[in-house]
Amino acid sequence: MSPAQRRWMFGLGMAGLAAFYLWGMSGLPGFGNYPGPYGFVILHLAVKQTFATGIVSAINFEYRGFDTVGEEFILFAAAAGTGIVLRRLRGERDQSATDEAADREVPATSGAVRMVALLFTGPVMLVGWWLASHAQANPSGGFQGGVILATAFILVYLSGEFLVLKRVSPVALTEAVEAVGAGGFAAIGVAAVPMGLAFLTNYLPKGQLAGAVSSSGTIALISFFVGLEVGAAFILIIGELLEQTLLVRQGDRLCSTSRSWSWPGSSP
Amino acid sequence: MQYFPFVVVAWILAVGLYGVVTSRHLVHQIICLIVVQSSTYVLLLGVGYVTGAVAPYFFDIPAHTPAVDPVVQALALTDVVVEAAVTALLLSFAIQAHKRFGTLDPQELASLKG
Repeated sequence: MSPAQRRWMFGLGMAGLAAFYLWGMSGLPGFGNYPGPYGFVILHLAVKQTFATGIVSAINFEYRGFDTVGEEFILFAAAAGTGIVLRRLRGERDQSATDEAADREVPATSGAVRMVALLFTGPVMLVGWWLASHAQANPSGGFQGGVILATAFILVYLSGEFLVLKRVSPVALTEAVEAVGAGGFAAIGVAAVPMGLAFLTNYLPKGQLAGAVSSSGTIALISFFVGLEVGAAFILIIGELLEQTLLVRQGDRLCSTSRSWSWPGSSP
Repeated sequence: MQYFPFVVVAWILAVGLYGVVTSRHLVHQIICLIVVQSSTYVLLLGVGYVTGAVAPYFFDIPAHTPAVDPVVQALALTDVVVEAAVTALLLSFAIQAHKRFGTLDPQELASLKG
């Protein structure tokens, strides 16, 4: 199909889409006039029922907890899928980028980048843990906290090099943390079943004060496990993508006398 | 003004789809797909908005303050996570496509058939 035909098809499709969109929108009540009872019912009941003041977390980890289990496993599957798609193909091997041009100096990471990255690593880690453990109180939770936790490890990569990232987050350990996070969420939900309750029922004591760190029972616990899972999954995904920069295909080799070496855990 | 956010949704969706259709680079095409998906965030948050209401967090305000619909906000959060995961998977497909075919132009890739 030529680009011109492609544009024609696109124009036709958009005309149809626009018609359906206008038809669909014509029945909506307009911006700022949300009519539905569902959200308002939850708003009135959530603080009393769950002792969580962050209603979005209460919905994610309790009212729609079943949905969130599925969503977490989408992330789990995507991390596994990235690992499988980017597996080492035949004829590929690991090699440092410097080997291809042995006579050229690799520019060192600038002092400013190193210092800023090192200064931020600790605080970023702290913020990540704080977010992952305060889902019941604030606009935070395991998903947000986990991504920020992963950022702390990427700062280590920025301040040093890829091999340092591999050392501070070994693949086997990161995968284990990811599995514990994903499995922990499911296990908390399944644990309700032998007690005669429905899957993901909030069976833990909910505390005295709404919004306190110790309040809201399983919501806080699930958020913590989600934080582990999301953080580990993102470290794995980014590690897989970064590792591609070190792969060299046999056919592409320019310099036959290059130093060849491998890091621990990689097969030749 | 009452329907302005939904016009923005349609605009983001159309721009993203146009990018996907006419793209000459897989990474560009993946970014266009992210733009398409961004329209769903605006739609979800726009549908649940209540004029004059606060965010659904009652840590330091009375529990019965009027707030916007929290359900669509939870859905938007779900949407963001899935988008990040899908983007990572698509980018790794792009890497493998480049390794195998030596090009990232979707129009050339379509003619290679293999």
